[in-house]
Amino acid sequence: MAVIQYREALNQAMSEEMERDDRVFLMGEEVAEYQGAYKVSQGMLDRFGARRIVDSPISENGFAGIGIGAAMVGLRPIIEFMTFSFSYVAFDQLVNNAANMRYMSGGQFSVPIVFRGNSGIAGNLGATHSHRPEALFSHFPGLKVMMPSTPADAKGMLKAAIRDDDPVIFIEHENLLGDKGEVPDDPDFVVPIGQADVKREGSDVTILTYSRSVMTSLKAADKLAEEDVSVEVVDLRTLRPLDMDTILASITKTNRCVFVEEDWYYCGIGAGVADRIYRAAFDELDAPIQRVAAKDAPIPYNRTLELDILPNVERVVEAVNSVLYR
Amino acid sequence: MAHAQTEAKPIVDREQALDWLRQMLVIRRFEERSAMLYQRQKIGGFCHLYSGQEACAVGSIGVLREDDYVITAYRDHGHALARGMEPRAGMAEMLGKASGCSKGKGGSMHFFQANRNFMGGHAIVGSHIPLAAGMAFASKYRGDDRVTICFFGDGAMDQGALHEAFNMAGLWKLPVIYVVENNLMSMGTHLHRHSAVLDLTQRGGPPYGFSASVAVDANDIEAMAETTLEAANRARAGEGPTFIEAKTYRYRGHSMSDPMKYRTAEELEKARERDPIALYEVVLRERGWVDDEGLELMQAEVKELIDEAIAHAEEAPEPGLDEIYTDITVSPHIPQE
Repeated sequence: MAVIQYREALNQAMSEEMERDDRVFLMGEEVAEYQGAYKVSQGMLDRFGARRIVDSPISENGFAGIGIGAAMVGLRPIIEFMTFSFSYVAFDQLVNNAANMRYMSGGQFSVPIVFRGNSGIAGNLGATHSHRPEALFSHFPGLKVMMPSTPADAKGMLKAAIRDDDPVIFIEHENLLGDKGEVPDDPDFVVPIGQADVKREGSDVTILTYSRSVMTSLKAADKLAEEDVSVEVVDLRTLRPLDMDTILASITKTNRCVFVEEDWYYCGIGAGVADRIYRAAFDELDAPIQRVAAKDAPIPYNRTLELDILPNVERVVEAVNSVLYR
Repeated sequence: MAHAQTEAKPIVDREQALDWLRQMLVIRRFEERSAMLYQRQKIGGFCHLYSGQEACAVGSIGVLREDDYVITAYRDHGHALARGMEPRAGMAEMLGKASGCSKGKGGSMHFFQANRNFMGGHAIVGSHIPLAAGMAFASKYRGDDRVTICFFGDGAMDQGALHEAFNMAGLWKLPVIYVVENNLMSMGTHLHRHSAVLDLTQRGGPPYGFSASVAVDANDIEAMAETTLEAANRARAGEGPTFIEAKTYRYRGHSMSDPMKYRTAEELEKARERDPIALYEVVLRERGWVDDEGLELMQAEVKELIDEAIAHAEEAPEPGLDEIYTDITVSPHIPQE
């Protein structure tokens, strides 16, 4: 297996799927001639040509809708939002059209489309460019929501998203784009939608998390191991639909749970997941679930303030200690 | 039975003309009976009637091919019927029944029929205009010569989605025909109060490099057909989109809940003098293609067709409660609760 960056893994996933299926194309701002604002689509214009790697005007509402229309008649578009904050400009298309089309038409029209791009609090970008839209999109029946944490997952999950017949919201993380890892080169390597992954085995506490918070949680687990606390880190990978089997197996093993997420606490992903755990496995828990999330404020430009808003290793350690009553 | 055209047709022979007249009568009767059913609370939600605008849908869709795509907004009954939807499937949808064209999950504003490439009624103003560009994008991507026609009202001219889609449609010369059915009213707001520029052909085509931007009297069904056919031919030839301002008038309020206080009885009466169905009857009589007897027979047939559709819809079963969780995703939907 080759060691490549997360962004290269995304590129491989799209390129392999485009190689396999002529109906797949990529559209978005600066994806072609500029080679991608974050270099995710580097080289793809040369390889696939302007018919399939399509530079769009800065018109998120327009090109998201064009993707949906094309998907309704049989193409399989990948629509890139340069950052996911911009998807809000296209919110109507995603939630009124993509999410509802199959239902409203009584099952007559599928929308096999992937909306992808990066999100997250990434370094002095201020409030508008630092959104974490995952909880928002996970709210809507009809959408699937995926957030990979490693290069291998990025590739396998994006391939699954492209092959899926439903609209998938595929959210990358700007701070993970340069991360390196071993990535399978088998063209049929796919990480199925709705499959969580135990990123670290442990027996005392389960940390449920996703995206960059997986890395924060793994660091916290390392630190806690020095104190003989054994932490299991479960990467949800798909936020809708949720892999409750893997979640409950881990809770049943450890009886304690901490949820770590970068989005806001109120109505965040952890709120929905905790509710489902309480109702499915209340008796398995030896302590209330603790949640670590971003502080409840828009994201400031100032780096010191910005870092303080993010969940960090110290807060995760503190939450783990709290469910252990340490 | 109304049916979509199998080939792009020239305008117009006797058989074609009589079929168009008949389609307009079907739409008119379907909707006027729907109004009665709405008042009896058999039809729920919002119900936006098309009465007065029939020539626009029938004339334009009538010259397209069966493999072309048709998409419209929430005032969609006329376009669906002109595209060949069975009145019973439409009426069952209005009543929310399982045999409705969208299985009772769409309602009046969300008629769909995939096997006639009827790509739906869409109820967020302007939101479907990019979808039409996407369908046209797919035709260009595949290298086929299908055309997409997209209908919307003058109120949609003010939505950003329209201008974004128009820009890309013009930029990429997509084979799409955009038809604004200018009935002068954006819900209850007259054109002169919602648009700084009253000539919509200036707002539609020219700023976006369309191949043409034309106004047409949409009470004249053959004028509508001719204009659309020219647009379709340009689109198939790779010349890109056409913007058509179809000048029309709706007899009823924006929806059934609209008392229409913004217009006078005189205005409505004046508009009815140019009723598209009555106008075409005169034309066809003058050509000797129809007479009193023929018209009476046609009206009786249409009445029977709609009566049958209503009877079917009233008797049709409700969708089962298990239908709540079907058609959400292609793969089995896992409720997140």
